[in-house]
Amino acid sequence: MADKTSGEWEPKVIGFLCNWCSYAGADLCGVSRYQYPTNIRAVRVMCSTRISPHLVLDIFKAGADGVLLGGCHIGDCHYITGNYYTEKRVRLMKRLLEESGLEADRLRLEWVSASEGEKFSKIVTEFTEHVRKLGPSKVKKDESLMARVAAADDASETFRLRALSGKEFGLVTKGNVYNNKLDPAELDKIIDSATEEEFERSLILELSRTKPRSVKELGGIMELPTDKVLRHIVVLRQKNMITMEHPEGFTPTYKTIEIGGEQ
Amino acid sequence: MIHMTDKKANENDKPRIGVFVCSCGSNIGGFVDVPSVADYAKTLPDVVYATQNMYTCAEDGLSNIREAIRKHNLNRVIVASCTPRTHAPLFQATCEGAGLNKYLFTFVNIREHCSWVHMKEKDLASKKAKDLIRMGVARARLLIPQEEAKVEVEPVGLVIGGGVSGMSAAASMADMGFQVHLVEKDGELGGFVRLLNNLYVTEKGAAETIAPLIAKVKGHKNIVLHLNSTVKSVEGFIGNYTVGIAPKGGEEKKSKVGTIVVATGALEFVPEGLYGYNQYPNVVTLTEFEILCKRKTLPKLKSVAFVQCVGSRGQKMSYCSRICCNVAIKNAINIVDNYEGMLGVMEKEGTLIDKIPRQKKATDEILERRRRRRGRGSEGEGDAEEVKLGPSDKIEVTVFNRDVMSYGVEHELTYNKAREKRVKFVRYTVDHLPKVFMEDNQLKITYFHETLKLERTMPVDMVVLSTPLVAQPDAGDLSKMLKVPLGQEGFFLEAHVKLRPVDFATDGIYVAGTCKGPADISESVIQGSAAASRAAIPMAKGYVQAEALSSVVDETKCTGCGTCIEVCPYGALRKNEKGFAEVIIAACKGCGCCGATCPEGAISMTNYTDAQLLAEAKASLDEEV
Repeated sequence: MADKTSGEWEPKVIGFLCNWCSYAGADLCGVSRYQYPTNIRAVRVMCSTRISPHLVLDIFKAGADGVLLGGCHIGDCHYITGNYYTEKRVRLMKRLLEESGLEADRLRLEWVSASEGEKFSKIVTEFTEHVRKLGPSKVKKDESLMARVAAADDASETFRLRALSGKEFGLVTKGNVYNNKLDPAELDKIIDSATEEEFERSLILELSRTKPRSVKELGGIMELPTDKVLRHIVVLRQKNMITMEHPEGFTPTYKTIEIGGEQ
Repeated sequence: MIHMTDKKANENDKPRIGVFVCSCGSNIGGFVDVPSVADYAKTLPDVVYATQNMYTCAEDGLSNIREAIRKHNLNRVIVASCTPRTHAPLFQATCEGAGLNKYLFTFVNIREHCSWVHMKEKDLASKKAKDLIRMGVARARLLIPQEEAKVEVEPVGLVIGGGVSGMSAAASMADMGFQVHLVEKDGELGGFVRLLNNLYVTEKGAAETIAPLIAKVKGHKNIVLHLNSTVKSVEGFIGNYTVGIAPKGGEEKKSKVGTIVVATGALEFVPEGLYGYNQYPNVVTLTEFEILCKRKTLPKLKSVAFVQCVGSRGQKMSYCSRICCNVAIKNAINIVDNYEGMLGVMEKEGTLIDKIPRQKKATDEILERRRRRRGRGSEGEGDAEEVKLGPSDKIEVTVFNRDVMSYGVEHELTYNKAREKRVKFVRYTVDHLPKVFMEDNQLKITYFHETLKLERTMPVDMVVLSTPLVAQPDAGDLSKMLKVPLGQEGFFLEAHVKLRPVDFATDGIYVAGTCKGPADISESVIQGSAAASRAAIPMAKGYVQAEALSSVVDETKCTGCGTCIEVCPYGALRKNEKGFAEVIIAACKGCGCCGATCPEGAISMTNYTDAQLLAEAKASLDEEV
């Protein structure tokens, strides 16, 4: 790899590493002189649980080719349960990436303990090569992909998805307010359908931000049946997040309210 | 209660960043073009000073930082060298020494994460080092000075549990001069050990052994004893707990304590449905056997069988109870050595085994087998040996085991001693568990002889089941009250299995003894004393300084939904009187789970804000900040 010329594309990989395990593992990797490609740029966080979906999706929006999250092994979290939440959040991030059309395997979660220096080098090498094969992220070049990734980011910031991904672990392990533990598979289904809905709604808002659009137009761009689009628009209007522009002829158009939301 | 340190810095000042790029001898300099990296750093926004050092952590490097802060009026310092995990405290202290808030310091790792892992690509490694510094600058520009909260610590300890570990902890703390509340739910001190006959390795009775400790605890002027009492409520955080202690049926009384030691002990597993327990009269557990011995109410016995690992190691509980091999060996020796001494007055007093069937045919059979066994050795010496062995002629002891785990020096010697005394150790496997049954009014045990590959049956007068120690059934309540975790088996879970064995992850709460897993008495004493000395650290110091690494709630966004309270592993969030989430700075560890969870995005972390993390990460993507 020493003969890389400056003009050639190189994957831009960002790593979020938890202070106690994976950052320490990366340190040990250095101390032990295990070599890996130079592409990764690490950002240290105290715990992988700190990484909200927004952080990751926003970085993909900014054009990152790959994001690697590193945490302690399950059961070893310095903060007891942090990485259980990370696991749930990463699942949500990947679901949102799938919705957006950006390859979900540009995001990877790995558990690396403070003693796994060699493992860290292997993971980084393998992941960098994987991202290299996927090629450069098209987010910056493809407007519609950008809109979809932005919608995924917005969806991750909705109350519903944040509350669900935060409560998921507790609902499965400790139970709900009635002390009923929920079936993880069942809960996954609920979260998946909420993810799909919130993504679609966010995309409608994203698309209608600069230009009022009709249901038919939105359906066309989003490749969704118009009745589904209309149902989303009803919800968004109830939440005061989208407004109907003066109908021209018989076709109403909708425009996103900049500072909307339930008041 | 809470004092702020007096370091002040104006967060509205325009950033003036100084960058110090370290060569670390040739560790960095050999693989990264340090001069060009330092030159590059000068071109970054808000960087007013950049230099390179041979060793930034050496005194001349540190004085370089101090001088530059003064001379160039720096209000942000970046050191690009090794890892923050080892060197951040040093550079932070240097900044503080020069009057700069330590939270305005940024560490960029260009050694472990760059020069050492890209040793054959100097150009690319240099480019990466520049990128990492650019990321550091992006972060540094957004840093905000933080003040550390100082929290006073009430110099009073609470010990929950008056067993050996609890008493050891309380006595140690009291000896150090701290007042201690010792809460015991029974009417007597001594816990599990109270039930036991004698303690292995020593010949002394258990009660006799722990009597001095009990006397010390009872008589200590610094110990407030709460017998027949339980802890009803716990509120607060390290240094400032308010605990409610209530006697049985009595009213709860609040006390202020600074630290808490949990030493609630364990129970013996009841082997319901295993090996005829509760079905045949003479099948007892190890502890029941000890009680019988202690009361000297053993019936006349000719043959005793111990069955090890009853209910443990995968049968009901997954773990090894660690102590039962040694306890069984001790009792086997006791039986052989001290048989006469333990024989009881059962006829007079009556015990749970007064329904014991008399042994009839067994005697001859046993004697016959014993004769055969002796004959196998050296003919003619049988008589002499018989005299020497004495007691074992009268009684036969067999220990059915999966493996004998007599770890360490003393226990292995005791095990050898038992073998010398002709205690039989017969191995069984999980595929062929021994069976206990009653036939013709005679208790019998059938086992699979591994060497002979044959099933054998022997008559026994008593079967002693070695069952594991199990967690207290109400450990969960205490775990919830204190917000400390339980492991899979219901025992309390320490902060780190190797390095912090008596700490909980929550500051100010410690754990000792069998409530965190089976332990023998000396181990319990060690843990009790260790927990006491750990708990004494903040109490002796008088305060704890909370690192300014915590959650911050934006009340204008908070809706009081309480999700953050649910996810916090430390109980560091509560609702304030306005109904909004409030962070207890002293309890918060800054993991950020609440911040990533808050549905309203109302929680941020000091100096790990979304803006800071995104600026740092995104700076790696662009060529410009």
